[in-house]
Amino acid sequence: MRLYWTVLASGFRRHATYRVATAAGVFTNTVFGFVLTFTYVALWDERPRLGGYDMAEALAYVWIGQSLLAACSLMGGGFEEELIQRIKTGDIAVDLYRPADLQLWWFSANLGRAAFQLLGRGVVPMAVGALAFDLALPEHPLTWLAFLVSVLLGVTVSFAVWYLVALSVFWLLDGAGAVQVAWLSGVFFSGMLLPLTVFPGALGEVARALPWASMLQVPADVFLEKRTGWELWEAYAFQAGWALVLLAAGRAVQAVATRRVVVQGG
Amino acid sequence: MTAMEPDFIDLDGVEKVFEVRRRVGLLRRERRRVRAVDGLTFRVARGEMVGYIGPNGAGKSTTVKMLTGILTPSGGRLRVAGIDPARERTRLARRIGVVFGQRTTLWWDLPLRDSYRLMHRMYRIPDARFRENLDRCVELLDLGALLEVPVRQLSLGQRMRGDIAAALLHDPDVLYLDEPTIGLDVVSKAKVRGFLRDLNAEQGTTVLLTTHDLTDIEQLCKRVMVIDHGRLVYDGTLSGLREAGAATRTLVVDLEREVPPIEVAGARVVRVEGTRQWLAFPASASAAPLVAEVAGAYPLVDLSVREPDIEAVIARMYAERRPVR
Repeated sequence: MRLYWTVLASGFRRHATYRVATAAGVFTNTVFGFVLTFTYVALWDERPRLGGYDMAEALAYVWIGQSLLAACSLMGGGFEEELIQRIKTGDIAVDLYRPADLQLWWFSANLGRAAFQLLGRGVVPMAVGALAFDLALPEHPLTWLAFLVSVLLGVTVSFAVWYLVALSVFWLLDGAGAVQVAWLSGVFFSGMLLPLTVFPGALGEVARALPWASMLQVPADVFLEKRTGWELWEAYAFQAGWALVLLAAGRAVQAVATRRVVVQGG
Repeated sequence: MTAMEPDFIDLDGVEKVFEVRRRVGLLRRERRRVRAVDGLTFRVARGEMVGYIGPNGAGKSTTVKMLTGILTPSGGRLRVAGIDPARERTRLARRIGVVFGQRTTLWWDLPLRDSYRLMHRMYRIPDARFRENLDRCVELLDLGALLEVPVRQLSLGQRMRGDIAAALLHDPDVLYLDEPTIGLDVVSKAKVRGFLRDLNAEQGTTVLLTTHDLTDIEQLCKRVMVIDHGRLVYDGTLSGLREAGAATRTLVVDLEREVPPIEVAGARVVRVEGTRQWLAFPASASAAPLVAEVAGAYPLVDLSVREPDIEAVIARMYAERRPVR
């Protein structure tokens, strides 16, 4: 277990070395946040209580989204780029002969990355948003803790999805298409554009049941204290359920990939 | 130790067949089976240092991948230290070290020291042992000034030395080296070779060295295996390879004046240029009687003996595509 802690810490440190990139990310997230805020203001002015949120809640939702964008890799840009590259070039061979579990290894590395992104790219935009606008913040201090647990589960589901996308490269040889599908789905079905509670009818129900909901919609609802008491446990169960199913799928695919598929290059 | 385990690495009729799909026409695809490794049989004793050479695409890397357990053989039996690599890859991984000249096992954006810390945990190396091994590698591979430098800032030679150290921190019984000196300058090459030679002599590490640089082999390995088209075409000493390849040595003589081509037993003149003549004789024969005979019968001024070019021998072997044994 100590190995995976070290991997996690390295994942954190690696991303911490790119200070300029982090600063640029914070800037982008903040600008995005302002753009979305003005859009939401216009929307919620017209349709108050849309999706069950009042204005302050809707705006908090925007800034939570910006804070989780990098941590939950809603638009990609996480560990998968490196993993895909390693599969494409055959460097994955180096990972395979190590006495470590491939999935657990990348999971730990991604967790370290996500932890850094949450601190480095999450805290500042959230603070800016809270200073500039009137956001709905948790009433109970414990809600912050509940939110962090939900984010951790969200990061896990995000990892599991992107791991499957990355492993597809063993067969597809090029990840561009799969990555594009994955990040488009991520942006839409995580609730990045609009909260999933806004979508009507069957579309809304399907969207709220898909794994991407775990990455933003569910943590945001925990933050906004829409899910408390028993419903909080339901929310966790929903996230953990998808995490388990998708991680198991990742394991199965990994077993087939490493057994059957040729490692590229020399 | 060497005599104890003659079949430390043991291959018996190992095969690897790949299925390659090729496009024929617009929609049709043809399946073709490619035998990358075809009935490979050899043994390597514990503590041996063996050169493993062959042209590109001969099956060298495929063999190494099977030996590390990354690829599963299609047929035959394969054991490393008594372990079936494909079945128990992780268990075997603790006992082997791998260095790929063209790939790195280090983490690109972390300082060298952080990569070693990961190795420490990954191979569960006892703390004291880890420190001892790291100190030794740092000293012998001259890494002291590089430990805090991120790997992406290292030169190729520095990175290679860093990679070799990374492969050795857990005291592997077997070390696979795939082109460990590729792209290195003369000084770096010499450093790497010296280190490997000492490692093999002092620690008794079994080394399988894959390379295109025959100087690596000449300086490090008593035994050399040549693979081509997935088959072993030669297994023996380097000097044996010269003989097996019907190689000749050349005696170059400088005479006082121009004479007709020299006539002596056991050698023939292959070239004459003014007062200088080139005589070819079998690589296995001694040069002494030949020199004596020439000196006795001709006005000799100076002479030199040229060893056969091992690259030429191997190039011919590849070209002829025949086993030389």
